[in-house]
Amino acid sequence: MTPSSTAVGSAAGTTEPAPASAAGAGPRRRRRKSSRARSQAWAGYLFLAPWFVGLFAVTLGPMIASLYLSFTDYSLLTEAGWVGLDNYEEMFTADDRFMNSLKVTTIYVAVSVPLQLVFALGLAMALDKGLRGLPFYRSVFYLPSLLGGSVAISILWKKIFGVDGIVNTFLGWFGIEGQGWVTSPDTALWTLILLHVWTFGAPMVIFLAGLRQIPQSLYEAARVDGAGKLRQFRSITLPLLTPIIFFNAVLELIKTFQSFTQAFVVSGGTGGPVDSTLFYTLYLYLKGFKNYEMGYAAAMAWVLLLIIAALTAVNFLMSRFWVFYGDEK
Amino acid sequence: MATKSKRVPILFRPAPRLVRHVLLIAFGLFMLYPLLWMVSSSIKPEELIFREPGLVPSEVTGENYAGGWDALKHSFGYYLWNSAVITALAVVGNLFACSLAAYAFARLDFPLKKLWFALMLGTIMLPHHVTVVPQYIAFSEIGWINTIWPIVVPKFLATDAFFIFLMVQFIRTLPRELDEAAAIDGAGHWRTFTRVVMPLCVPALATTAIFTFIWTWNDFFTQNLYLTDSDSLTAPVALRQFMDASGDSSWGPMFAMSIISLGPIFGFFLAGQKYLVRGMATTGFK
Repeated sequence: MTPSSTAVGSAAGTTEPAPASAAGAGPRRRRRKSSRARSQAWAGYLFLAPWFVGLFAVTLGPMIASLYLSFTDYSLLTEAGWVGLDNYEEMFTADDRFMNSLKVTTIYVAVSVPLQLVFALGLAMALDKGLRGLPFYRSVFYLPSLLGGSVAISILWKKIFGVDGIVNTFLGWFGIEGQGWVTSPDTALWTLILLHVWTFGAPMVIFLAGLRQIPQSLYEAARVDGAGKLRQFRSITLPLLTPIIFFNAVLELIKTFQSFTQAFVVSGGTGGPVDSTLFYTLYLYLKGFKNYEMGYAAAMAWVLLLIIAALTAVNFLMSRFWVFYGDEK
Repeated sequence: MATKSKRVPILFRPAPRLVRHVLLIAFGLFMLYPLLWMVSSSIKPEELIFREPGLVPSEVTGENYAGGWDALKHSFGYYLWNSAVITALAVVGNLFACSLAAYAFARLDFPLKKLWFALMLGTIMLPHHVTVVPQYIAFSEIGWINTIWPIVVPKFLATDAFFIFLMVQFIRTLPRELDEAAAIDGAGHWRTFTRVVMPLCVPALATTAIFTFIWTWNDFFTQNLYLTDSDSLTAPVALRQFMDASGDSSWGPMFAMSIISLGPIFGFFLAGQKYLVRGMATTGFK
C-alpha cells in the first residue's frame, strides 16, 4: 500500500474511544453501550452489503476463477481441460510474442513514467509561488491528462505522426525528411511514449498540492543562512517532497503498466507494426478475446498481477533509502 | 535525480514575471496545439487538413460534422446517447454504493472491520485484467453481452474502491460531534448518514461524480469488450469502428466526431475543475 493508505488503514481500524460519559457508568449505561455496539455491527454490515456482493461476486470470485482457468486450456466453446503449468511455461519458453510484449511494455513504462514525473515536478515548481493566473495554467496542463486515454486523442496521435501528418510538415520546414512515425517499428512505440508524457498533468496537480504543504519558514531560514535557490531545492523541496514523488511513482507505474487504448487504436488493434506496440494488456486481449484462449489470457493476467505486486514491493523497499517522512527524526 | 537538479537553474533563475508568463504560455500552447489543431481541422475542407499546419482555417465548412454524424449505421447521436446512459448509471451507482461503504468504514464499528478495510484498499491496486476473463465468461453465460449491465452493475456494487477510499478520507475530516448529536436526537445510522454526513460530503461526492463520469465516458477496454453489436456501441467504440471502416480517407469527419465525443469531458472538466483539483490533491496523500 501507499504510505497514505497504510496511515489511513491503521487510523480507520482503531476502535473509537468510548464517549466520555459512558466511562465509569453503571450497568445500565454499559448495557446501552453494548446494544449500541450491536446495532453498529448490524449497520456496518448492512451499509457494506453492496460492497460485499461486489467484493465476492465481481472481484474475489472471478479472481479465484481466473487462477483456476490459468491452469486450463479453456476456450469458451469447449470444456476447460486441466493443463497444469503449461500456460505459464509456454509464456516464458515458447511464446516470443509474449516476451516481446513484456519488453515493449517495460520500455514504455521505464521511459515514460520517469519523464512524466520530471515534467510534472518541473511544471509544478514553475507554477508555485504565488504566480498570477495559476488556475488557468493548471487547467491548461491538466486537460491533456483527462483526455489522453480517450479514443479520440489516440486517433489524433495516429494522424499527427502519420506519413502526411503535421509532425512531418514541421520537419519539412527545417529540411528534414519525415517518415511514417506510427508505421515504422523503430518509432511507433516512441510516439506512444510521447503521448503518455503529454499527460503529466495529473501528477503535476498532486505535486502542486505537495509543494504548498512545505512551510515557507524553512525557505526563509535557508535564505537567512545564505542558501541559494538550487541549494533550497536540493535541501528542502526535494526531501520534503519525496513522499509525494514516491506516491506518484507507485501510482503511475501501476497505471502505465496497464495501458491499452492508445496502443490498440494507434496500431489498429494489432500491436503492430511488427509487434512494436504490442502492449502486455493488448496481447492479453488478443489472446483471450480474439483467439478465445481464455486459459492463457487468465495466466497472463496473473503474471501481470505478480509483476505489478513485485514492482510495488520493490518500490516500497527502495523507498526506505530515499523517501523522507517529516515525522521520523 | 541528476536530471531534476539540472533542470533547476532554468526554473529558478529569478526571471522577470513577464518572461515566466511568456514561457508558460508558450509551453501551454505547445501542449494544447494538437487539440487546437484537431478542432481547427474539423472545420476545414478535407483537402486542406494536411496542408495547413496553422490553426486558423482559411476556409470553413460544416461538412465534416454533417458527414461524420451519419457515417455509421446509426447517427452519432445514437452512440452518444448510449454513452450517456451508461455514464449516468455509473455515476449514480458509484455515488450510492461507494458512499454507503465509506460511511461504514469511516464511522461504524463492527467485527473484522480492519480485515475488510485492508481488502478494500488492496482492490484499489488490483489490475482489472485479473478478473476480466471470468467476468466475461460469466456475463456471456447470463446473456449480458451487448447490454449495458456488465458495465453498470459492478458500479452499484462499489467495485471502484478508489472512491470508497476517497470518501472515507473525506468523512474522517468531519467532526464526530455531529454524529453524536444526531444520535442523541434519536437519529439512527441511516438518518445520520443521509441527513448529517452526506450533505457535508458534497465535495467528495462531486469529485466522485466527475471522475466517474470522465473515466466511464472515456473507457474503451470494457466497452469494446462487451459492446460489439452495432446497435449497442458507445461513442468511443463507434469512433474506433469508424476509423476501421473509413480507413485513411475521411479524417475530417473523424476529427469532427472526436471533438464531439470529447465535448462532455471538456464540459465536466470546466464545471468541476475545483473539485477535480481538490480531489486529486486530497486522495494524493494525507
